[in-house]
Amino acid sequence: MTERVAIVGVGWYGFRSITPEVSYKEMMYEAAVRAYHDAGIDPRRDVDSFVTVAEDFNEGTSIFDEYTPDQMGGVLRPNETIPGEGLHGLATAYMQIKTGLIRVAVVEAHSKVSNILHPAHILAYAMDPVYNRPLGLHPYFIAGLEMQRYLFETGATLEQCAQVVVKNRQNALLNPLAAYPAELSLADVLDSEPVAEPLTRLMVAPPADGCIVMVLAAEEVARALTDTPIWIQGLGWANGSYSLENRDWVELDYVRQAAEMAYRTAGIRYPREIIDFVELDDAFAYKELQHLEALSLCRPGEAGILTVEGATSLDGDLPVNPSGGSLGCGHLLEASGLARALEVVLQLRGEAGAHQLPDVAVGMAMGWRGLPTTSAAVAILARED
Amino acid sequence: MKMRRVAVVGAGMTKFVRRALETADELSWQATQMALDSCGLTLDDIDAVASGTAPDAFDGVHMNSEYLCPGSGGWNKPFIRCYVGGGTGVMAVIHGWYHVASGLFDTCLVVCEEKMSSCQPHPQGAFLTIFDHTLERPLGPNLLWIFAMEMNAYMQRYGLSHRDIALVTVKNRRNAKDHPCALLGEDITVDDVLNSEVMAWPVRRLDVSPISDGAVAIVLASDKVAHRLTDKPVWIEGVGWSLETAYWTNRDLSYPQQVEEAARMAYQMAGITEPRKQIHIAEPYDPFDYKELHHLEGLLLADKGKAPEMTALGITRRDGDLPVCPSGGLLGVGNPIAAAGLMKVAELFWQLRGEAGARQVPGNPKRGLAQAWGDLMQVGTVVILGVA
Repeated sequence: MTERVAIVGVGWYGFRSITPEVSYKEMMYEAAVRAYHDAGIDPRRDVDSFVTVAEDFNEGTSIFDEYTPDQMGGVLRPNETIPGEGLHGLATAYMQIKTGLIRVAVVEAHSKVSNILHPAHILAYAMDPVYNRPLGLHPYFIAGLEMQRYLFETGATLEQCAQVVVKNRQNALLNPLAAYPAELSLADVLDSEPVAEPLTRLMVAPPADGCIVMVLAAEEVARALTDTPIWIQGLGWANGSYSLENRDWVELDYVRQAAEMAYRTAGIRYPREIIDFVELDDAFAYKELQHLEALSLCRPGEAGILTVEGATSLDGDLPVNPSGGSLGCGHLLEASGLARALEVVLQLRGEAGAHQLPDVAVGMAMGWRGLPTTSAAVAILARED
Repeated sequence: MKMRRVAVVGAGMTKFVRRALETADELSWQATQMALDSCGLTLDDIDAVASGTAPDAFDGVHMNSEYLCPGSGGWNKPFIRCYVGGGTGVMAVIHGWYHVASGLFDTCLVVCEEKMSSCQPHPQGAFLTIFDHTLERPLGPNLLWIFAMEMNAYMQRYGLSHRDIALVTVKNRRNAKDHPCALLGEDITVDDVLNSEVMAWPVRRLDVSPISDGAVAIVLASDKVAHRLTDKPVWIEGVGWSLETAYWTNRDLSYPQQVEEAARMAYQMAGITEPRKQIHIAEPYDPFDYKELHHLEGLLLADKGKAPEMTALGITRRDGDLPVCPSGGLLGVGNPIAAAGLMKVAELFWQLRGEAGARQVPGNPKRGLAQAWGDLMQVGTVVILGVA
C-alpha cells in the first residue's frame, strides 16, 4: 500500500492536424506497441489492468469502451474506460496499483478530432441542457467572458496573453511531436480574427490527432524493468461548479484544490522551489497564465509579467510548456493532459532532444477538461532522487 | 501484500420509474442524500466521489459526468466517472473501492444514475450508436437482436426450452413485489411470458427488463472510519472485472467467458475456493431472463447448462439454498442501466445487515456476490461483499 508507483514506458502516435493513414484503433495500436516496447513488456502476460480515456460524443460511438481492448492487447483482462481528462486516467491506474491488487497498469488516451465534422456542435452538447444550450451560443463565448474577467481582475494584458502564443508555438519548432510549430509575432496573434472578444483566433489551441500510452508499475516491478523509472510523486484532481451561473469566474478553485492535493501527496510545501518545469493546459492562451497562478507557482497577476520577462521560456527560471503546449502541439481533446505528462516524462529521462531542459529532476503536468467544465487534474513526476 | 480493507457503510436509492419528472442531476442528488442520511454523514465527510453512468446519449449531454457532478456531491471534490457500458453499476463500486483501498481517501461516495426516458422516441435509438460504424451500424441493429442471438445460442447449446428460462422472470417479478422502489413487482405466470409479444425471436416482451429512470448511491469507508460509523460494516472482500473482444461476431455466445474471468479474479482476492458453498446470496445481472442463468454459470455458481434446472427446483428462490436476485433484479425492480448494477450491491448491503425487510433472505447470510455485464455482450464486473 505504501509502495511507490512509476511510469516505466511511454508511447505515442502523432501529433498532427489530420491522420488519414490510420483509424483511431490503429493509432492506439501504434502508440501501445511503442509503449510496451519501451517498457520491455508483453501486454498479454505482464499487464494487470488497462485504463482508457475516451468520450462517447468525441468518438461518435456510444459505450466507446467496447472498442478498446483488442488493439491494446487487453482482451479478457481487466479494462475500464474513464470519461475524463487523460490525467484522470493516470490517477485511476495509480490508485489501482496503490491498492496492491494490480502490479502493472496501462493508461491510454487519444484524439481523432479530425473525424469530427463540427467540434463546436459536439461541445455545445456539454452545456446545461435546460439553462444554457437553448441559447445556441458557440461554447467559446465562455472563454471570452472568463478571459475578460481575468484581464480585469489581475491587470494582465492582451500582449501578455499573445506572448504565451508566441512562446509556445516557438517551443514547438524544436519538438518533433508538435503539430503547429510557428514563428509568430505579437502582432500576428493580436491581429488575428476575433473569436469571442477579447479572444483571437491564434489564442485558441488548434485541434490535433494523436494518441499517448503509458505503462505504470509498482516499485518492485518498476526497478526490475528499467533504470530510469519516472516516479509519480503526487497526484490531485478536483471538480468545481458545473453551472455557469454559480461558478466563481475569478478563482479557479478546482485547479487550486487539485494542486493542493498533489502537493500534499508529494509532500511539497514550497512548490516553486521544488518544481523545475511545468507542462500545463493552454487550450486558450490566457489559461496558461491563469493556471500558473492557480497552481500557486506565482502570485495572481504575475504570470503575464513572468512570461514577458522570459521566465517561462525554455531558458527561463521556470520553463512552462517546453513542448509547445496545446497551442504548439495541438489540442488533443481529453488526451491533452496525458500529452503534457508525456513531455514531463521525456524531459525527466533526458530524451526530449532539441528542447531538452538542463538539470531537471521534478516536473509537473496539469490538465483541464476544457470548456465548459471546471474539472482539472495535476501530476507531479520525478526522476530518481 | 495486505490490502487496506474497505467497507460499505450506507446506501440509498430512488424509485425506479418509467419516466421520472426529476432531471438526471436531481435523481442523483436524491440517491446521494439518502445514502448519506443512512450513515449519518454529510457531504463534508466525503473525501472523493466515484460516478457511474452509461452512454451519454441517454441524457443527451456530452461529458455527462460534469452535468451529474453537483447532484452526485462532487462539487469541490476529487470526482472521476468510470464507464464499462452495462457493467458500469458494479464497476463503479470497484472504482470507489480503489479510491479508498489505495490509501488516498478515507471515504468515497459511489453514485450511479441513468435517465433513459429523455431519449425519444425510444432508447433503442441510442443503442444503434453502440455498434461498429463500418461493419454493423449500416445494418440498423439493436440490442434486442444481438441478445436474441445470444439467447438462442444458449438454448441450442444445452437444449433448453423457453419455458425453462421464463421461470426467471416469474421469480424476479414476484421478488420485486417486496421492493419499495420496484417498477414491475407482480405475480405473473410462465404462460404470460410465453404468450407475450415477440420482440426479436426468441425474445418476448416479458423476457426483457423495462426501460427505467433512477439513481443509487452507496458510501464506502476505510476500516478505521467504518468502525467509527457503524456496528455493521459490510466489507468489500473481492473485486474482479474483465473485457472481451469487441468482435462479438467471432465468439461463442453460449457462455460468458468474461464473467468467469471477472469472477475468478474476485474469488481469488476474497480467498473463495468453493463459491457454491461460500456465496450465500447472488445478484447476477438479469436484463433478460436468460442472462441470470447465463451469468450463474459464468460465475461458476451453476454447471454449464444447469442453471435452468436450479431455477426449476426452486434453489434460486428467496428461501432456496442459493437465493438469486432476492431484490427482484432488473426484471422486477427496473433497469436504469448503471443504477441497476449499483442497486444489486445496495441490495447485498441491506441483506447482509439484515435490513432488507420483507425481502430478507432467511438464515443470516454472511457473503453475497453482485455482478453486472454489458457492452457488446462483452464485459463482466463482480463484487463480493461480506460481514464478519
